[in-house]
Amino acid sequence: MPLTMPAALRDLGKQRINRVPSPVLARSVPWLVVMVGSLCPLLPLIASAPVVPPFGFLFLVAWLQLRPGLFPVWAGLPLGLFDDLFSGQPFGSAVLLWSVAVIVVDFVETRFPWRGFAQDWLLAAAAFAFCLLGGLVLANLAGGSSAVLTIVPQLIVSIFAYPLAARLVGALDRFRLIPIREL
Amino acid sequence: MAPPPNRRPTYSRRAQYGNFIRYVIAVAGLAAGVILLIVSIGDSSAFSGLRGTASDAVAPAGQLAAKGRTESRGLLATIGGFFTYGSRVARMEHELDAARAALSEAQALKNENAQLKSLLKLSQVEPMPVAISRLIGSSSTSTRRFATLGAGSGQGVRPGMPVRSDTGLVGRVLEVAQTSARVLLITDSESIVPVRRARDGVPATAIGKGDGTIQIKLIAQGINPLKRGDAFVTSGSGGLFWPDTMFAVVTAITPDGALASPVSDPGNTNYVAVQPVWIETAMPGAIPAVPPPPARAGGK
Repeated sequence: MPLTMPAALRDLGKQRINRVPSPVLARSVPWLVVMVGSLCPLLPLIASAPVVPPFGFLFLVAWLQLRPGLFPVWAGLPLGLFDDLFSGQPFGSAVLLWSVAVIVVDFVETRFPWRGFAQDWLLAAAAFAFCLLGGLVLANLAGGSSAVLTIVPQLIVSIFAYPLAARLVGALDRFRLIPIREL
Repeated sequence: MAPPPNRRPTYSRRAQYGNFIRYVIAVAGLAAGVILLIVSIGDSSAFSGLRGTASDAVAPAGQLAAKGRTESRGLLATIGGFFTYGSRVARMEHELDAARAALSEAQALKNENAQLKSLLKLSQVEPMPVAISRLIGSSSTSTRRFATLGAGSGQGVRPGMPVRSDTGLVGRVLEVAQTSARVLLITDSESIVPVRRARDGVPATAIGKGDGTIQIKLIAQGINPLKRGDAFVTSGSGGLFWPDTMFAVVTAITPDGALASPVSDPGNTNYVAVQPVWIETAMPGAIPAVPPPPARAGGK
């Protein structure tokens, strides 16, 4: 017996008149993507050094630059709180660093509205350097004593992972705007 | 480009206030971050309940990921082993001959050891693990080195208990939730473990460096007797870690000690065992304030 997909699934994504994106999907996907990125300590990898880029922050910066205004300027507060639950950093570190990053990216957006990907990448690299260095300083304040060199490999990996994250976010942006809701 | 002089996007008062309030919340979020940080730096266990609930919630996903880690490692090792089969067999046969000779010597030493021990009336207490579980996650993005254990207070795990794998010490339990626990790995920069050289008992302290290596600092200053390849075991000072647990091997010499790499790679281990705190089990009543942990084999 041939498998028959339900009609709703078969027509998914086909450009049809009289259809709009689902508002639930369009609004929730960016938040969920950043939160899933924050869960990367659950990756099947027990690291003995900080090597994994902070995917939650990568996705957040990518969304901010792809769709300015999609995240409210206070998005660093709830997303940072969620990240702090899993990251192992002292509680509040991501709330502070992510809030600063979102406000700064918003400021750059009003000053330089037209940017190419190279400028986006440069801004993202600066944001990663700030976030990782700030995280190191705050972790050291809370009892650690790691050297600055510890985060260099992670920073390099993060900067080179950014184009991939931006690509992924672009694909998810198309996904969230699929017109599936009938008017 | 300079921002437009008129920052108001619209004449609607409602929209203007909304925009303003968004920035107020953003700055309030920043301030909230500072306050949370001050609280958590002042008392590192301040939000452990919240973190514990969160790690309990995602523990099943972590268990699945841990299983995947073991299986994918096994698959890669099988493929890699296929290509190096011949040379490894030759080397292993060579090593086996050497090991046979060493084994007969070791047997004699073992007998002698048992005689001496019976003479001294010493008994070797084997710690019964409190729980056996997997490491289901680690703080792979942070400069701190924590791991999440798939067993918690429901399995009898308590803060302070040493965690070891079959090859050596992994860390100690820091915070405990219902079905998960946070483990401070020995490579974290806050982890300090009293150790001694396995060969002759030169005492030292081992401090993690946060990048996967360990700094060994000799307690007695003077001429540095350490050499590359020296093995260190836990000494049991402080009463937390069981003595003679395999710890680390020296990789480089520094003026006041050595750099060592841990023997037990937590990413390479399938299961870890949580042991009771040493002094409480070896000498019940040594610390009367703390009730002794239930010495039962539990977990999975």
